[in-house]
Amino acid sequence: MTMSSSNNHRWRKAKSAFASALAFVAALLVIAPLGLVLFHLIRSGASSVNWDFFTNLPTPVGVVGGGMVNAIVGSFELLALAALIGVPVGVLGGVYLAEYGSARANAMLRFVADVLNGVPSIIWGVIVYGLVVLRFKSFSAYAGGLALGLMMIPLIMRTSEEVLLLVPTGYREASLALGISRWQTIVHIVMKTASKGIVTGILLALARVAGETAPLLFTAFGNRFWNHNLSEPIAALPLQIFTYAISPYDDWHRQAWAGALVLVVTILFINILVRFLTRERIARVL
Amino acid sequence: MESKVIMDPPMTPPVLVPPERAASPLAITEAEDARPPAFEVEGLSIWYDEKRAIQDITITIPSKMITAIIGPSGCGKSTFLRSLNRMHELVPRARIEGKVLFAGEDIYSSDIDPTAVRRRIGMVFQKSNPFPTMSIAENVLIGLKLNGVRERAFLRERLEQSLRMAALWEEVKNDLHKPGMSLSGGQQQRLCIARAIAVEPEVLLMDEPASALDPIATAKIEELIHELSTKYTVVIVTHNMQQAGRCSDFTAFLYLGRLIEFGSTNKIFTNPSERQTEDYITGRFG
Repeated sequence: MTMSSSNNHRWRKAKSAFASALAFVAALLVIAPLGLVLFHLIRSGASSVNWDFFTNLPTPVGVVGGGMVNAIVGSFELLALAALIGVPVGVLGGVYLAEYGSARANAMLRFVADVLNGVPSIIWGVIVYGLVVLRFKSFSAYAGGLALGLMMIPLIMRTSEEVLLLVPTGYREASLALGISRWQTIVHIVMKTASKGIVTGILLALARVAGETAPLLFTAFGNRFWNHNLSEPIAALPLQIFTYAISPYDDWHRQAWAGALVLVVTILFINILVRFLTRERIARVL
Repeated sequence: MESKVIMDPPMTPPVLVPPERAASPLAITEAEDARPPAFEVEGLSIWYDEKRAIQDITITIPSKMITAIIGPSGCGKSTFLRSLNRMHELVPRARIEGKVLFAGEDIYSSDIDPTAVRRRIGMVFQKSNPFPTMSIAENVLIGLKLNGVRERAFLRERLEQSLRMAALWEEVKNDLHKPGMSLSGGQQQRLCIARAIAVEPEVLLMDEPASALDPIATAKIEELIHELSTKYTVVIVTHNMQQAGRCSDFTAFLYLGRLIEFGSTNKIFTNPSERQTEDYITGRFG
């Protein structure tokens, strides 16, 4: 076998270059959609994002001006309600997985959580419609918050578990050896050490459900006015975008673009915040 | 028959005091000999799953003395040490047989809370583990705070006292609010000792506390251990025989989970009764 088989060598080099090029193209294909989406949103929506958009209620068809302030506030209210359900249950579920559960119970719980993560979001809307909306005979902010909160539980549970497991056993042992009880050890030592990671998981889950429309269609329903009572229908940004986008009116279309831009920028901002938090956490815990 | 053994007067080890301790006012006197032992371990066996880590150990550990546990890696030293404050229970599926009496009380009795045991029997680990989210002061005081001590003057006093006992006060008194992790390796280990003594335990269990430190830091820790024995019963696991010889009053030699020999450090190192002890100490194996 000769080492100087230069033909063979050239052929291999060509194959290698080809594979590198393919990987590069694939990487571009991953980044490109975000760029395209942002570019298109800014081009179509930026002109309609103005002071009125953030301060005015929607106007009737044909009346110029108007904004989505009720939908923006409504989205935050829904997210707060969702967090009220998703954060405690999700974080405590993560604590169970990381600190208490037996191997067998954990395997089952993780499997269930992963399946729940894969449930199409409209299913959550239908479930809550059946459980809450039908029973109370009204669409409501509570129902919307519940649907989003249920979606958040498995997300937060898995991320909390992961960051809690990153906390070295030595800290648990040191704490227990001081005569600190197991629960206090978990709360004051383990969760405190992992707090940034837990917050990161919560933010990611919020960012994930902030743009959900399907679970809100049968629950929060949407509202063209202020919501004064959480047991009544409430506006949400994704719902408003949906309604406006499928309408036949040009000025509504422009508002839908503006709403989409605001929503995407908000979610992007949460993700950037998460990147920032994560970098610090890894530097500290590991 | 078992109870008879417990009722026996505590086995007082032969008065063979290492010279440097005999010179101190703390040397064993006749009166002190009558002091009840710290631990009476009887027929202790420990299994992890099917693997038997400790086999039928019976030993009496004197109070306010330094007892070293030596033996080759994997001989069960750490497991034995951890059984003295129930830390080995953190390993799932650990099983224990036999008795560990501390100040005459069976710490494995069903009505005894392991947290209460650990409050009286503290532990320092091989790898220094200051809590990463806490300052130096917070690290020292966390045990007291989580056990409900709130009085500021008292905490302040205990902080200084504990750091002084751990020979760390002079080095950190101006940096009490800096993170515990900002200290050097040797300082971190002394911080962990300060944290352990801040809750005023009666016993300090030390699991190779100096094995990760350089010779100068090691010498400091050894000196400190010596000081601590005026106030505490110290049980120290070490794989460093010089260390055992230098800083302990009594030495136990463990091999393959069995207690081969126990006696005054002087005797174990100069005139062991067992062939295996001699072989290990002279470096013929392990």
